[in-house]
Parts: sequence; structure tokens; C-alpha cells
Amino acid sequence: MKHPTPGFDWETRFYWEGCARGELWLQRCRACGTVRHRPRAICPKCLSGEIEYIRASGRGTVYTFTVTHQNQHPAFRGATPYVMAYVQLEEGPRILTNIVDCEPGEVRVGLPVVVDFGEPEGEVAVPRFRPS
Amino acid sequence: MSLSGRIAIAGAWEHPTRWAPDKSDWQIMAESARGALADAGLGIGDVDALFAAGMGMGPMGVVQLAEYLDLHPSYVDGTNIGGSSFVAHVAHAGAAIHAGLCETALVLYGSTAASNAMAIGTGLGGGRDAASGFSAPFGLTTVGGYAMVAQRHMADYGTTSEQLAEIAVTMRHHASMNPDAKMRKPITVDDVLESRIISHPLHLLDCCIISDGGGALVVTSVERARDLAREPVLMLGCGEALWHTGTGAPDLLTIAARDSGERAFRMAGVARDDIDLATIYDSFTITVLATLENLGFCKPGEGGEFVGGGRIRLGGALPVNPDGGGLSSNHPGMRGIFLVIEAVRQLRGECGDRQVADAKLACVHGTGGLLGTMHSGATLVLAKG
Repeated sequence: MKHPTPGFDWETRFYWEGCARGELWLQRCRACGTVRHRPRAICPKCLSGEIEYIRASGRGTVYTFTVTHQNQHPAFRGATPYVMAYVQLEEGPRILTNIVDCEPGEVRVGLPVVVDFGEPEGEVAVPRFRPS
Repeated sequence: MSLSGRIAIAGAWEHPTRWAPDKSDWQIMAESARGALADAGLGIGDVDALFAAGMGMGPMGVVQLAEYLDLHPSYVDGTNIGGSSFVAHVAHAGAAIHAGLCETALVLYGSTAASNAMAIGTGLGGGRDAASGFSAPFGLTTVGGYAMVAQRHMADYGTTSEQLAEIAVTMRHHASMNPDAKMRKPITVDDVLESRIISHPLHLLDCCIISDGGGALVVTSVERARDLAREPVLMLGCGEALWHTGTGAPDLLTIAARDSGERAFRMAGVARDDIDLATIYDSFTITVLATLENLGFCKPGEGGEFVGGGRIRLGGALPVNPDGGGLSSNHPGMRGIFLVIEAVRQLRGECGDRQVADAKLACVHGTGGLLGTMHSGATLVLAKG
């Protein structure tokens, strides 16, 4: 799927560089232990700026999903139907993503999935998930 | 002294247009201002506070609007938290009036969303800022966010597409009695289920329409309102809340309405059972179901059953959106102002065929943004004066 590529800034660079290596990284606050996604410089729970980086296992389950049949954005007009989902990661956060490598009709809430970075698209790879 | 019961809506007017390619957003807002001020028995010179938000209004939008209307307000609020903004504006106006910062507030909305062919529900996905990188590559649309809420509700509680469809059928039934409504031909549950899927499990007829339109409200103190043209509608309670994915573990079935509703009902000092009608932002059928649960009209998971059996129809225990809502009457991009206008009209008893009998108390709830990612909620409890 050709998609809008994510923008980088210094808060998120580690994340996208990890994706380009085929790795999914999360942040954990060194002060209060909160694991967070999406990445940001400051912990929203305690406002500490001390960050520990943890590599996610890449395994999770489908928390919810939708099969999109209409999207007027030029990048997605020819890509429907596609499955957008929240995946519940083992580490806690739920990540907005796509479920790929299966028929949309096979996706269900609770389906075990694993991260799949596919082919790098331009300067970045994007974490999608497939049934495990 | 509590805000409860001290503030009134003294004027309300909905622009009858649903298609206005010959008008600008500004003209629709100005015509709406004229309508609401005439309704209140006031003129533009009486306005000393301006509240507005819009799809096309940039950071200086409210200043542009003031220029268009040649207003020099002593209080201004351009809060834009999505479609619920105008429900919040009424509360903000009330607080400012109660604090003595202004006396007569004009709340405005106008849009040519339909004649400009805006793809509101299915047009997101772009953006290269760092935050959007976590949604845009995956094809997030507005309807997709809501569809994921519906899917999870179905998985957790067994809610069905038929139950969601009942909401769309009810709104269309109500619209059939509203001469200004855009879509007035009755539909059935099968019509909804047979309409094409936009974002599974939501069908075309689970989604609001897109129209042009606008509206206006005049908010002032109860004392001043009693001297004006119309019977005042009193604000007994107000509340607002924001909800989002936070650090990444969103419970998609808990929405801002839970908190804004609790705040509004606590201030109003009335029970859910006391409410005679509700106007609820119906961007999608699931929005109504999730809102009814989170406002406390039924328990989590009971929404599917609650909306059945005619309960939310005119004549039922809790009629919802007697005007036909955004699903059938009008939805010019943002719809919060119409929720307030219809509640005011109902409490005044001027709604003809679609009048809720003996309506004394109304609950208004606006949702802005996307359930499923980040959104706002604003609730009012309004009473016949």
C-alpha cells in the first residue's frame, strides 16, 4: 500500500529509525515506569524527561479494527478495502496500524498478530501486523 | 453563586438552507445572526460577545467574522474542539456573562460543506507533521475511527448492525416530520443494512449526511432574557471533557460524554429519568449509542437494546433528535449548534408535528473530533423557562 510517509522530528526519530531496521521500539519513563506510545520527550504522567527505550516483542492481539471501503485521500483511493486496527501490544500500549497478509474477512477482535515491516517505503518502514 | 439556572438562551435560529452554492460561510453566519437576534427581539448593536468556530476559519477566523459583522465585542471565544464547539460556547458564554464580563453573547456557525464537496468523513489521511505519522500511514478516516468503536462494542456486548440501523431509521422518521430536513423519505433497517459499507461495520446510512447550513444562538442572563421577546430557555447544567489515546491504551468505549455528562447533570441537580428529550450528535449511528451509554441513560453494553422498541422515537421514553439529526436533517461539517437550537425549539413547544409532548427538560450532547482517537464532549441540561 502506498501511503503518506510519516514526518520525523527529534522526538520520534528513534522510533522511525528502529522501524527502518525492522524493530519496534517503545519509551518507558525512568521516573515513574509508564510505558508510552506515541513517543514524546516528556512523560505525560509525571513530566519527567528521563527516557528508557524498550524494544517491543512485536506480538499482540487485535483490540479492534475496521475494513475501510472508502477513503477519498489519493493515496488510499485505489487501496480499498484495507484493514485498520488497534493492536494490543504485549507491553501495554495499543498501536494504530493495518492488518495485512490476510483476507479482511479473517480479521477478528482477539486475533493474535505479529509486527511486519514489509518492504521499506522510501526513507521509512511502517509497522503493520499480520496474523501470527 | 452557582451558574445553574442563571443563564438563558434568549434567541435561536436555524438557517433553512441545505444547499447554498451562492453563499459564503460568512453570509450564512450573518443571516443566522439576523434570525436569532430577531427571534430574541434584539439587534446587532446589542451584541457584546462573539463565539464562533468553523471548518474554514483559521486562527484569526473570529476576528474576520467580527469584521464582517462590524462587531467590537468585549468578550470573544473562538474555541474549536470540533463539532461540539457550539455546545461548549453556550457554557463559556454563560460563565462569562455570570462573571460580568459581557451581557449578550452571539454564538454562530455557517458552512457550505456540501456545495464545496468537502469529504468530511472519508477524507483524512494526509499530513506530514510528526504526530500524524502515527495515524496517516494507516489510512485513518473519520468514519474509520468511529467504526473501530462500533466493532469493539459488537465484540464486547454482541451489539448488532440491526440495532445501529434502528438509530438511522429513527432519525429518518423524525426528519420526515421536519419540513427543512434534507432527507425525508422513510427508510427501513434493511435499507441501512443493504446500503454499501463505508468502513465496516458502518454502512452509508450509518453515516451522517453532508449539507450546507448554519445557525445562531443568543445567550444572556435570565434576568435580561425575561424582558426579551421569547420565553427564556434556562441552562441548568453544563460540562465539557476531552478524551484521547493518551499514553497509548485507550478504552474506546469510554468517551468524553461520561465526564461532561456527569458534570452537567451534577450542576443541574436533575436525574437522567427526568429528561424529556435528548439532542445527541449523530455523526454516525454508533456515536448515539456510545453517547447514550456514557451519559448514563443506560449501562455500558445496554445501548443496543436501549435504542430499540421505539424508546428514542417521538412518543418513546427518550426521544432523540426530533429534527432528524445529522443523519437526516443537516450536517454542514460541524453540527453542535443545531443540537442546542432543536432543544430550545422543543422546550418552547414550537415544533409542530415533531413536538415532544410537554417537554420541560432537555439534555444536549455534542461530540467533536473522532471517537477512537481523540475527541471532545460538551453537555448541557436545558429547561423550559
